[in-house]
Amino acid sequence: MAEPMKIRARMVDGTAHIVVLMIHPMETGQRKDPRSGQAYPAHFIQHVTATVNDKPVLNVQCGPAISKNPMFGFRVKGAKAGDKLVVAWEDNKGEKSRTEATIA
Amino acid sequence: MNHLRRLILKGGGAGGVLACALAAGLLRPTLAQAADWNKAAFESKNLADALKSIGADGAAESAEILIKAPEIAENGAVIPIEVTCRIAGAESIALLAEKNPFPLMAHAELANGTEGYLNTRFKMGQTSVVKVVVKAGGKHYIAGREIKVTIGGCGG
Repeated sequence: MAEPMKIRARMVDGTAHIVVLMIHPMETGQRKDPRSGQAYPAHFIQHVTATVNDKPVLNVQCGPAISKNPMFGFRVKGAKAGDKLVVAWEDNKGEKSRTEATIA
Repeated sequence: MNHLRRLILKGGGAGGVLACALAAGLLRPTLAQAADWNKAAFESKNLADALKSIGADGAAESAEILIKAPEIAENGAVIPIEVTCRIAGAESIALLAEKNPFPLMAHAELANGTEGYLNTRFKMGQTSVVKVVVKAGGKHYIAGREIKVTIGGCGG
C-alpha cells in the first residue's frame, strides 16, 4: 500500500498554488546491484493526475528521470478556497495512490 | 562509438548486462495498464526522436519560457527545476534532458485554468542541456539551459 501523498494547496492572489509530494522509489532500471551485476528493475510513477472539483487540471506522464519521492508544484487559476483537490498516481507496476485535499 | 563498444564488452563480461539493456523492453508488457503512457516518446534515446514523438519537432525558440534551475547541480539525482511560461494559453509542458539515457523526463498536460508553470525535481546522468517544450495555441515553443552535474543520478 502506497503511503499517502503530502499536499499543500493554498490561494495566492487568486491562484491556487499546489505542491504535492509523493513517496516513491522511482527506480530507473539503470542502477545495478553491485554484487550480481543485474539491474534493479524499473519501478517509477508513470501518471500523475490532479482534479479540482472533479475537473482535470493536470495530467503528467512521467519517465524514470523524475527524482525519488517526486514533487510536483503547479498553479491553478480560477480555483477557490474550499475546492476539493484530488491527486492520484499510477506506476509502471500498476500500483496506485489517491489523496484528497482541500484548497486553503 | 568507443563508448558503445565499451558497453558491449562490459555486457559480455558480466553476462547479464545485455539483459539489462533489454530489461526495459522486456518489462514493458506489465505496463499495459497505463494505456495512454506515451511509450515511444519515453523510450526515445535521443532528443530529436523524443521531440518528434511528442509532436514537437520544429518547435520555435522562445524567450518567454523561464527555466529556474541550478547552474551546477552537485547531486544529479535531485535537481530542482521550475518552469514558468509567459506565453498565454499553455496547454502542455515537456521536460527533456539531452544526454539522459531516455531524454524525455515528463510531459504535463494542463487544463481548466492551470497556469504555464511547473515545479519538480529530476535526475540527470551527466552535464547536459535541459530543454523545455511548451505547447500553446497548437504551437510548440522550446527553450533550453545547460545544467552541470558533478555526480550523476542515473545509477550505474
